[in-house]
Amino acid sequence: MDLEKIKSAIEAAVPGASVQMVLNASPSAQHSLLIGREHAVEIARFLRDDAELRLDYCSNATGVDWLDTETSEKVKVKTLVDGAEQEVEEVRKTRVPGYLEAVYHLYSMEKKHGPVVVRMRTDDRERVVLPSLTPVWRSAEFQEREIFDLFGIVFEGHPDLRRILMWDEFEDFPMRKDYVEPNDYEYEPTAHDSVLEKARAAREGVREGV
Amino acid sequence: MDQQLKTELSRQGIFTTTLEELYNWGRKSSVWPLTFGLACCAIEMIATTMARYDLARFGAEVFRPSPRQADLMIVAGTVTKKMAPQVVRLYNQMPEPKYVIAMGACAISGGPFKQGYNVLKGIDRYIPVDVHIPGCPPRPEALMDAFIALQKKIEAQSLTGPERPRHLDPDAPSEFLVPQYGAHDLVPAKNVKLWNITLKNAPGEPCAVGDDGPGKD
Repeated sequence: MDLEKIKSAIEAAVPGASVQMVLNASPSAQHSLLIGREHAVEIARFLRDDAELRLDYCSNATGVDWLDTETSEKVKVKTLVDGAEQEVEEVRKTRVPGYLEAVYHLYSMEKKHGPVVVRMRTDDRERVVLPSLTPVWRSAEFQEREIFDLFGIVFEGHPDLRRILMWDEFEDFPMRKDYVEPNDYEYEPTAHDSVLEKARAAREGVREGV
Repeated sequence: MDQQLKTELSRQGIFTTTLEELYNWGRKSSVWPLTFGLACCAIEMIATTMARYDLARFGAEVFRPSPRQADLMIVAGTVTKKMAPQVVRLYNQMPEPKYVIAMGACAISGGPFKQGYNVLKGIDRYIPVDVHIPGCPPRPEALMDAFIALQKKIEAQSLTGPERPRHLDPDAPSEFLVPQYGAHDLVPAKNVKLWNITLKNAPGEPCAVGDDGPGKD
């Protein structure tokens, strides 16, 4: 399966669709396609129904949380110091907003090929709406519910978007990287590393009557 | 009754007993477990009841599908926080006398999921447990050993006095608090009447002694 070909086929079939290659530098080299939200359902329909591709089976849908990142670069700036021009190094920080991502693994039962990996990204970590692909692949229903439950991505067009693993009253999204779990570390017989730190903190908190 | 006299009498063909012995013998010999499993430990529990290990030898062959007819709850498997209220409710629905075996690493402590967000760190936070079995999962022999330990416990119970079984003590609680689903965790996160431990220390730190532990009410 040549991803470049699939990309151009999508661009030809769905006008205005934004499709980008996401390269995987690891030895597995499992590259994927990042598709735009606006045309995601049309693209999905095309991938499923195209006679060449016939990606009729969505085997897996999962979420990824990408935190905000901060990159800093050193820039040499010329400034006037005591009337003389000098080169001073300045550190510039750029903040790249994070986002949530839904990843789908598609196979073709008919053509016996796959996987084709398709991704969708939210604007950032606050605006978390993505189109649901359940109308295209029914098998995505529970998995999108799981992504909604654990990552908090809201799938528009999902027939039954409820929590699936945690209870309905639960408010957090445990698989997000900034999730803080309940402080439940009062008894840790074999604590080490981060658990040891948390157990210590819990004990200090109790001693101070927090 | 004097043990020597009792042995002497039995040698002469006279059988003597006490009401307590007879009563406890009857209780320990027909403990009916609840048909109830939560995860892979349940498979070992099923294997224990099958012909090869045959829990029926100890009078526990009748797994009851209703808590109203069961004496023993074998908590076999991972208790998720979502399932915990149902487990406590089942326990509350069982009539006295009732016993609990916590089977496997998950049921006694959360096991490999202890540091997770969705697994209860031991069912003894909500219901009183009589026998804990470590193992992941414990072999059928371990469950039988636990069952025999429970039988010994029942046999040794005195029918009067402060150590008497709960069903003979009108002041002893038979039902325990059912936790509610909260916004971040179960509410409350533990029943402080049952789970009231002193903070154990992380390795390499001095031991905290005394009753300054959490949830001392």
